[in-house]
Amino acid sequence: MKVHVDMNLCQSHGECVAIAPDVFELGDDDMLVWQEEVPDDRRADMEAAANACPMMAIRLED
Amino acid sequence: MLRLVIVGASLAGLRAAQAARAAGHEGEIVMIGREPHLPYTRPPLSKELLQGTQEIEDSALQVGELDVQWRLGTAASGLDRAGRHVLLADGSEVRYDRLIVATGCRARSWDGPGSELGGVHTLRDLEDAVALRAALASAQHLLIVGAGFIGCEVAASARALGVDVTLVDIASHPLLPFGPQLGERWARMHRDHGVDLRVGVGLAGLGGAQRVEHAELTDGSTVVVDAVLLALGSVLNTDWLAGSGLELNPAVVCDSTLTTTSDPDILAAGDVAAVPVPLAGGAALRIEHWTSAAEHGQLAGRNALLDPAERVSHTTPPYFWSDQYGVKIQALGLPALAERIELLEQSPEDDRFIAACVAGENMVGIVGVNAARRLPWYRRQLTHPRPLAEVKLQLTDEATTLGAPLAAA
Ligand SMILES: Cc1cc2nc3c(=O)[nH]c(=O)nc-3n(C[C@H](O)[C@H](O)[C@H](O)COP(=O)(O)OP(=O)(O)OC[C@H]3O[C@@H](n4cnc5c(N)ncnc54)[C@H](O)[C@@H]3O)c2cc1C
Ligand code: SF4
Repeated sequence: MKVHVDMNLCQSHGECVAIAPDVFELGDDDMLVWQEEVPDDRRADMEAAANACPMMAIRLED
Repeated sequence: MLRLVIVGASLAGLRAAQAARAAGHEGEIVMIGREPHLPYTRPPLSKELLQGTQEIEDSALQVGELDVQWRLGTAASGLDRAGRHVLLADGSEVRYDRLIVATGCRARSWDGPGSELGGVHTLRDLEDAVALRAALASAQHLLIVGAGFIGCEVAASARALGVDVTLVDIASHPLLPFGPQLGERWARMHRDHGVDLRVGVGLAGLGGAQRVEHAELTDGSTVVVDAVLLALGSVLNTDWLAGSGLELNPAVVCDSTLTTTSDPDILAAGDVAAVPVPLAGGAALRIEHWTSAAEHGQLAGRNALLDPAERVSHTTPPYFWSDQYGVKIQALGLPALAERIELLEQSPEDDRFIAACVAGENMVGIVGVNAARRLPWYRRQLTHPRPLAEVKLQLTDEATTLGAPLAAA
């Protein structure tokens, strides 16, 4: 599955980082970096991250 | 099949319905909401929406194909636990097997002299934000009463729009829950942006013909204004629970699984709930933060379907953020419990820092400014109270702090 983050919306709250630190990370400048292609068995985590994002910045695609 | 009824169709309520469906619940879900809108997110109401960098549509929470019966624009007016139904203001009744209370808060009102004048606002709902935004489009001088988070954010938004702002609070510092030490910083930040901040001063009365024209303050001074925001904190939406026998403190008292202490078939979530917080030694507290409401909702939705013995506890530390003048303030844990504040990390330019909130020996929270990257690390330290000395030791091993690790010194 593909993970999209709208960087115009993301405000570096790091909720996604707390849920899946292997996929999401905050860089030196506080900007989010993430893995765009994630194995399907991580769907539950990715959905949790999308729901936890206060900015509704995370969108998932099959 | 269980019939799940959720009262309050906002963040916590929506997350509860989504979680129940995600957990495979196939029974009915009824969502009762006083507002006519589908769920939306409130943080932009004092920030992006007010400043005009986001529109109303942007604050909608994604509902998708969620299979629920919406009863929007209808308030719950009572709860009959013996008959297991919720009474609605339109006279109808909604039967439940499990009930989630997620009715949140409303803005505290003020009924002093002149409160009925035009141009006097509060801010909680979408309509409030739209009205305030319209007022700021033509206002010259906004008076904000209350320098809590909403008051401070609106001050920043109004300054961004070029409106003159007087911000008053009876407390000695803005953002009081973060303590006096940091309060000096926030005060400076607002004054640097041209806000006329007056602390230790309250509102005595408002005057004007039809619309507000001037405000009398408790120190005897007068401010000429054409708009007023009363940002006096919040009041719980628990009126409809009066006489239901649910324990109120005044929030709805829950155990750590969000089950009410009075009734295993009734759970509560979000701003309306008081939930034991491990960092506070298990005291049941209300945490009025976006992330807590989302987390509570999610957990309550799942737990409501389970037998009480199988329900899971909420354990993550509270998280809160605020944006003012492009400065990102973030807090983890319970800064309000702090007896003192200790700076742990600081950038050489002093524009980014992490401060520990300390009670006794223990770190019970942190406040970060423009330090988002460091939050995940502290989040892991803050699931339980931990001696600050221990955290500092670990910090000296961290290669990624904001600058020279102060804690080492
Ligand atoms: C302007 C503003 C800015 C904010 N900014 C931030 C921020 O930057 N960061 C942060 O962490 N938090 C922020 N918050 C707080 C955050 O929005 C709340 O914590 C969150 O909305 C709580 O969600 P909730 O679902 O528990 O309650 P609410 O969002 O209050 O929803 C409760 C819903 O229940 C409905 N209701 C009430 N009574 C009844 C009834 N009798 N019958 C049916 N329905 C009823 C209400 O109309 C409402 O729609 C902000 C809040 C506001 C108002
Ligand atoms: S949770 Fe959302 S806002 Fe926060 S870092 Fe992740 S994508 Fe960005």
